[in-house]
Amino acid sequence: MSGKTLLAALRHFAVIAILWPLATGAALAAEPIRLGAFLAVTGKAAFLGGPEKNTIELYVAKINEAGGIDGRPIALTVYDTGGQAKEALTYVKRLIEQDKVDVIIGGTSTGETMAVIKTVEEAGVPFVSLAGGQEIVEPVKRWVFKTPHTDRLAVDKIFYDMKARGLTRVGLLSGSGGFDKSCRDNVLALAPERGMVIVADETHGAGDTDVTAQLTKIRSAPGVQAFLYCGFGAPTSIVAKNFRQLGLTLPHYQTHGSASKTFIDGAEGAAEGVRLPAAALLVVDQLPPSHPQKQVASAYRDAYEARFKEPISTFGGHAYDALFIVVEAIKRAGRTDKETVRAEIERTTGFIGADGIFTMTPTDHLGLDPESFIMVEVKDGNWKMLQ
Amino acid sequence: MSADLLQFLVAGVTVGACYGLVGVGFSIIYNASQVINFAQGEFVMIAGLGTTSLLAAGMPYAVAIALGVLITVLVGVALEALAIAPARQSSVVTLIIITVGASIFLRGAAELVWGRNFRSLPPFSGAEPIALGGAVIQPQSLWVLGGTAISVVLLSLFFAATRSGKAMLATACNPNVALLLGIDTRAVLRLSFAIAALLGGIAGVLIAPISLTYTDVGVMLGLKGFCAAILGGLGNPFGAVVGGLIVGVTEALTAGYLSSAYKDAVAFVMILVVLIVMPRGLFGAKAGERV
Repeated sequence: MSGKTLLAALRHFAVIAILWPLATGAALAAEPIRLGAFLAVTGKAAFLGGPEKNTIELYVAKINEAGGIDGRPIALTVYDTGGQAKEALTYVKRLIEQDKVDVIIGGTSTGETMAVIKTVEEAGVPFVSLAGGQEIVEPVKRWVFKTPHTDRLAVDKIFYDMKARGLTRVGLLSGSGGFDKSCRDNVLALAPERGMVIVADETHGAGDTDVTAQLTKIRSAPGVQAFLYCGFGAPTSIVAKNFRQLGLTLPHYQTHGSASKTFIDGAEGAAEGVRLPAAALLVVDQLPPSHPQKQVASAYRDAYEARFKEPISTFGGHAYDALFIVVEAIKRAGRTDKETVRAEIERTTGFIGADGIFTMTPTDHLGLDPESFIMVEVKDGNWKMLQ
Repeated sequence: MSADLLQFLVAGVTVGACYGLVGVGFSIIYNASQVINFAQGEFVMIAGLGTTSLLAAGMPYAVAIALGVLITVLVGVALEALAIAPARQSSVVTLIIITVGASIFLRGAAELVWGRNFRSLPPFSGAEPIALGGAVIQPQSLWVLGGTAISVVLLSLFFAATRSGKAMLATACNPNVALLLGIDTRAVLRLSFAIAALLGGIAGVLIAPISLTYTDVGVMLGLKGFCAAILGGLGNPFGAVVGGLIVGVTEALTAGYLSSAYKDAVAFVMILVVLIVMPRGLFGAKAGERV
């Protein structure tokens, strides 16, 4: 009896003795990769931050289920900034000092992002922003990257399409919001370079309910060949309605700011024929099988919609791209020391994401070109991809 | 060129009628309490968004509109009962600040209910524009104009021919004397919020097919409506409508002939000038000293 007990004890000891080094070794190898995110999950930008948070959590879980990166799981910390720049700064400091993260993703809005850049640069932590503003990566900041297209890329894409149709004289209307102004600035700055002439430059105020006066003026601008609206939200539909009300026949362009189904629905049929640049995610099903983004975009769409039972948005796509650019960089680096990871993010080449194909360089911390946009036209109340 | 002018005028009248209709609501509450209700624009928003939800729930359009306006009236009455009445003894300025708070609260609550996206209501009688000389007008604009006209006529009748209306005028004139005469001034205040919410609600559903509707739609409409009411002379519903039309047409003409960038500025400067020359607005009461 006692012999058996002794044997059992010995066996027990042996098992422990054999497993002990393995266990500690595994524990060493499993030191998690610390990923920090600060997003506007609530507040006015929640419709952006919500899908971003969902996307990051979904794919971090997937990566961890599959064994992590080189056997190391990702430990994710997400803070909700409520869209406030001040909160963003507080949380980024906490991510750096308290959570000691290896990489930071976030800044749903340009305001949140700009507020934290100084801190991130001083601390030297690789940081990928999810905000649209061009000023985030221009001029280039050593530790700061971003994934969403800039307004400049959108404007450039629109100009390409206009030129291809022989349209060079553009009547411009823009709203008074931050997006509208940035878009207008880019139109005015880029037009001479691309051989375009802005023959009318009209604006409307916040909350305006009618823009027929501005459109009437644009209609009689000398030699106007095309109409471009830079704006966001309800005015996108109002512009389309007024445009049809006046019976204008000019080719009608809007920006990626109008790339939502609400624009088409709100315009009550008046959006037909409007062209705009959009991310591949908007027309996943229409992408030809040969399109390089087809696989990535449809896989993301399927995974997201299966998990959250809500349609994808392009905003979640920004987070998808940011996460995987970071993951790929860490894989290439094989470790998480900050400078190596930063350098590897900067060496991202031909990364196929939801927003386009990224190739970053020391002078380009976005890495997208106008080709990453797809021109779409509203047809029968839906988006139709143009070739 | 004259076709352009006509189009500018049509555009101006369209938005002006919206401003006027919102402005009338300011006048009603001011009449009863000297309070400027800064949540007036939120009545517009609640009616518009409420109606889109009811419509989406499968109700017939007319029923959805009626219920949407009714909900707005209930919100107006609740606002008075929960926020204004308890502070009845406070100064007018305090009450005005309460309405500012209420407007922020209502916007926040609406954001929770309806989210940030904008929605639209279908036009009442088709979207096919109507030619008017060389200009074109949306049929919905005629609904707004007609709705505004009918609202103002009914209001005038209410003030001139009903006891409640007269009680409201008396309270506006002098609340203390009105109280001594046996008028229930608290009921008058409650009624004024109900009517203002009713007008805001009607404006909300009439305007929504043109302006679309979203949680912030009331902010700018409220401000412009307030300008319309001031310009026309606070307390005079008819003046608010005329004021709204003047603001709207000025904006459209500025956008058309000067620069759309200065559209709002020109309208506001014009209001300042009018108020300097005529401090009580175009049709304001000639009343003497308030003591």
